Amino acid sequence: MSKEAELAVVHAGFPSPAEDFMDVALDLNKELVKNPSSTFFARVKGVSMIEDGVGDGDMLIIDKSTEPYDGCLAVCYVDGEFTLKRYRNMGEYALLIPANKDYKPIRVDADNQFAVWGVVKYLIKKV
Amino acid sequence: MSFVGLCDCNNFFASCERVFRPDLEGRPVVVLSNNDGCIIARSNEAKALGIKMGTPLFKARDLIRRENVAVFSSNYQLYGDMSARVMNILRSEVPQIEVYSIDEAFLDLDQMPVDGLQRFAQRLSARIRREVGIPVSIGVSPTKTLAKISSKLCKRYPALRGGCLMYRKQDVEKVLSTFPVKDVWGIGRRMGVRLEAAGISTALGYYNLPPQSISKMFTVTGLRTWKELHGEPCIGFEDAPQDRQTVCISRSFSQEMTTLEELDAAVSTFTAKLAEKLRRDGLCAEQLSVFILTNRFRDDRPQSYEVKASLFEVATDDTLELAERAAALLRQIFREGYGYKKAGVMATRLIPKGGVQGSILDTLDRGKRSSLMDVIDAINSSSGNYTVRLASQGQMDEFSTRAMTSRKFTTSWDEILEVKC
Repeated sequence: MSKEAELAVVHAGFPSPAEDFMDVALDLNKELVKNPSSTFFARVKGVSMIEDGVGDGDMLIIDKSTEPYDGCLAVCYVDGEFTLKRYRNMGEYALLIPANKDYKPIRVDADNQFAVWGVVKYLIKKV
Repeated sequence: MSFVGLCDCNNFFASCERVFRPDLEGRPVVVLSNNDGCIIARSNEAKALGIKMGTPLFKARDLIRRENVAVFSSNYQLYGDMSARVMNILRSEVPQIEVYSIDEAFLDLDQMPVDGLQRFAQRLSARIRREVGIPVSIGVSPTKTLAKISSKLCKRYPALRGGCLMYRKQDVEKVLSTFPVKDVWGIGRRMGVRLEAAGISTALGYYNLPPQSISKMFTVTGLRTWKELHGEPCIGFEDAPQDRQTVCISRSFSQEMTTLEELDAAVSTFTAKLAEKLRRDGLCAEQLSVFILTNRFRDDRPQSYEVKASLFEVATDDTLELAERAAALLRQIFREGYGYKKAGVMATRLIPKGGVQGSILDTLDRGKRSSLMDVIDAINSSSGNYTVRLASQGQMDEFSTRAMTSRKFTTSWDEILEVKC
């Protein structure tokens, strides 16, 4: 047996030194989706939030288990339509604030069909 | 006293549709069966209009138009995913659940103190409503049969806010006095008819019967239900799903099929699907049946329901072997001159693949064929269904028109919610 072959035989049975450090590979789902049962995905259509970095075609990760808080980025349901805005609770009414100077805030009160459908946790953009 | 809960999703399919269509809140909603033939789910508003379960769509058309009822084809991808979300929340809150159907699960509440149970049920109900968007009714009682009834109370009384604890004797008796006996879990339709004939229409009437007369009239099951109504648990907690006894694939056609060639393609496709399901679950079938059905809502044509079954020498999960047998069975039941509305294949007498007994008369190299099936499944799962298929399956993949189907909001990237911005 040559010297090289002998070495190879010895090494074949030697446990990998990395074995003790084995770890599970990174999983984006685990990082971005904390509550799978209440998480939904949606796609953005429009540019009213462009100054907040939300562009047409971006993907939203929405968690319905998060209580809407003042100033949160929220998927709102207003009079038959889903819309993405900053949610401001004004007591008697709410303001849905765009991030684009060409758009005006939307005022909603008891006369509107309105609900905060879910709070946006992450935004995914294709670059 | 130990307690068991039943969580029942309210009008589940209709509620799933409403999660993504909040404008339908308060408007009647119905969901149709696989081929859009019948109404299989109704919102409360639709029930209030008098629309019955199983009504053929064409019979309800006028009412639907007049009352502005929202109509959906069934979207099982969506309902299945929403169901899994509800079940996972339940799992996170109780030590053990038993999924009873797509929209119902029993909850093991054994360890919980009785004085917190009502509030627990209401809080859990509110959590599911907020986080998944589905309204549920959670009944809590000493037995499964009573829990089923207390969950129905939540639907009757909104003030219970989706959670109802019922266990005191006087409460139980009061509720049973207004509860129809035929709606009690475990009282079958036939038993209900017999009870009605004997003058017993409420659950309390049944509850008040002497147990000796029950076991005489209705055997073991009837006595078990009677005991459960009296708060004595007789139906245990089954954590593991029961062994599957049958696998069935059937479909209604949007247009009647009249030729053997058309039916051949359909039956062959169903059989391929069936075989794939068997292999996925590690099962082999000893028996295969094929059935075909003419349109039952047309009186002007001859009616026919035909079924034929056949046994295998060696239990099998092989697509080719099953399809060959299915084709032969179809030829025994097919008749010219009929328009067929539905067809299906069913595998029965299922055994785990590992337990299959060989036969000296076996002519098939099962090892080789098994590897071939693995290859087919692998290709079909990576390249889409029916990339590899039998010649007899033909070119038709979808036999139904799905005109009013909502998006697969949670299971297909191309169909996720769109948010205006």
